[in-house]
Amino acid sequence: MPESTTETTGVDIELIDVVKRYPGQKRAAVESLSLHIPAGEIVMFVGPSGCGKTTSLKMINRLIEPTSGTIRIGGEEVGRQHDDDLRRRIGYVIQGGSLFPHMTVTQNIALVPGLLGWDRRRTAERVDELLELVGLDPARYRNRYPRELSGGQQQRVGVARGLAADPPVILMDEPFGAVDPITRQRLQDELLSIQEELRKTIVCVTHDFDEAVKLGDRILILTEGAKIAQYDVPEAILANPADRFVADFVGAGAALKQLTLSRVSEIELGRRTVGEIGAKAADVLRAAQAADDDCIVVLDAKRRPVNWLWTRDLLDLDRIPAPRDDTDLVTIDRRATLNDALDLMLVSSHGSAVVTGRRDEYLGVVDFQAVLTRIQETHDEHNPTPEVVA
Amino acid sequence: MSVLDTKPPAGIADAKAAAASLASSQHRRPSLGLMIGQPLSVVVVLAAWAIWRSQAELDSIEQRQLDWGLLGRLTVEHLKLTVVATVIVLAVAVPLGIALTRPRLRRAAPIVVAVANAGQAAPVIGLIVLLAIWLGFGFWTAILALCLYAILPVLRNTIVGLQGVDRTLVEAGRGMGMSNRSVLGRIELPLAVPVIMAGIRTALVLVVGTATLATFIDAGGLGSLITTGIRLLRYPVLISGAILVAALALLIDWAGRVLEEITRPRGLG
Repeated sequence: MPESTTETTGVDIELIDVVKRYPGQKRAAVESLSLHIPAGEIVMFVGPSGCGKTTSLKMINRLIEPTSGTIRIGGEEVGRQHDDDLRRRIGYVIQGGSLFPHMTVTQNIALVPGLLGWDRRRTAERVDELLELVGLDPARYRNRYPRELSGGQQQRVGVARGLAADPPVILMDEPFGAVDPITRQRLQDELLSIQEELRKTIVCVTHDFDEAVKLGDRILILTEGAKIAQYDVPEAILANPADRFVADFVGAGAALKQLTLSRVSEIELGRRTVGEIGAKAADVLRAAQAADDDCIVVLDAKRRPVNWLWTRDLLDLDRIPAPRDDTDLVTIDRRATLNDALDLMLVSSHGSAVVTGRRDEYLGVVDFQAVLTRIQETHDEHNPTPEVVA
Repeated sequence: MSVLDTKPPAGIADAKAAAASLASSQHRRPSLGLMIGQPLSVVVVLAAWAIWRSQAELDSIEQRQLDWGLLGRLTVEHLKLTVVATVIVLAVAVPLGIALTRPRLRRAAPIVVAVANAGQAAPVIGLIVLLAIWLGFGFWTAILALCLYAILPVLRNTIVGLQGVDRTLVEAGRGMGMSNRSVLGRIELPLAVPVIMAGIRTALVLVVGTATLATFIDAGGLGSLITTGIRLLRYPVLISGAILVAALALLIDWAGRVLEEITRPRGLG
């Protein structure tokens, strides 16, 4: 089993002229789909219902047999492999988790390792490892039955089950469709951080374009008959929709949606004068005046930001005090999207948010201007200034 | 319920837990009264009857008919008819039900169910007599009639139980690389067990009651007490037979209920 590394453990997937025609139906469900999915990327299949996106997904693990065409995973043709063997090497995650209600969490996750003939100890270790990975305490949840879990927890176990045998490719069919919006957002964030670690090839069907933008390294937009309307990185689709259909599908506010593409870590953070609790106020004040800051960030002993202080308030102080309870400091993780950052800044009276890194350590601050600059940059990248025609 | 329960849930998590417990309570466990009360009342009735039997003044015919040894033999015969018929019904109806839910035979299901339905709709007494004329009197003819009569509930519940399994779970199993056979054995059947077991209990109760008629074709059972009682106008014999048959049926029904509880997969609530 590969150790948890950041190298790509996924393999690429290739679809060549794949057709699915159901007997008795005039139009093919999938008309000649050709597609290359690079290793280690998340590719989102989106499109209106009935466009053939789920059919296309299920042809990859042969839950649906294509009428004609070739599908290769890591260069190997899937049609030549035994279907059960093939599927044991492809993770499969479905809406709501689809856990087997009569099996415990452990039994659900251990199913594929069991089919592959893993020994008991290795399986047990793997189950615990996966539960940790999806943020569930193994000791607490290992022996529960699905009905004893919330919807979000069931979905987490569903993801763990899909990852169980460490497959290079994972197929997801509307994985987060059945949970409430807040849980969905958290699950999406978790999937992204898991993917950061594992670098699998993930193919995910969704009807939610915003989810596609958030999760996808690439987005495949399909129209009826699984014809490709556009297949590109999300930035490009938002900036340059290929046609009316895509533009309609992307919907209003494409520029705003770009905010969910950039992470706080991508913009240059502003520096502010900082002062640890207990430091001499006069020293901090001098530093702040030198840097021309009108307020400072108060850090605790572990360099975690705890408070804002106006420099004018420092005049009356001897040492930097511990914060009162009603501090208006807002912090944001460096992995958060600019969308989240803007949201936070709007509620903060300081018009900026403090960015934290690992273990909530202080990194810097982000303000409106920095976000605006970043938006401008992405816009320019994908919309080259049109040349003036004489 | 305590007073505390009337308070609104403190948070979303509590509300969800409440909803979950509500959902799980949809499967009503048989009440303790039923699980213990039913066999207990049967035992009380039987005990009362046994006391009456040992003290009552009976004439010679009655004494011969209500001889302890004979009663024991008739009860064993009755149980044998019930158990053998039920086992055969299981051996036929469950595999048949499974086969009729597989894609290849799915279309035949309505026809087979219709035939099984006819078996149950026909009056058993007619069925038993006709079969006896055709196949001769005796134990196995009675068994055949009982099987024809009791096959429907097991067959229908097997089909309904398997059809009731969430298709997405079946597809999840296939999508994870389980073979059709292993999806059937590890997912479909365990999830269908509660419904199938309900069918089996119904069949057991049908058979134990109907086995009373086996005496008409000389296949034994407690029914002979009732027919003798009627023929010879011996009410003590007639009523004893009726009490014993009813008690046996109730005990079998209770055993079926216990079996249902035991076989219900954990995790289904």
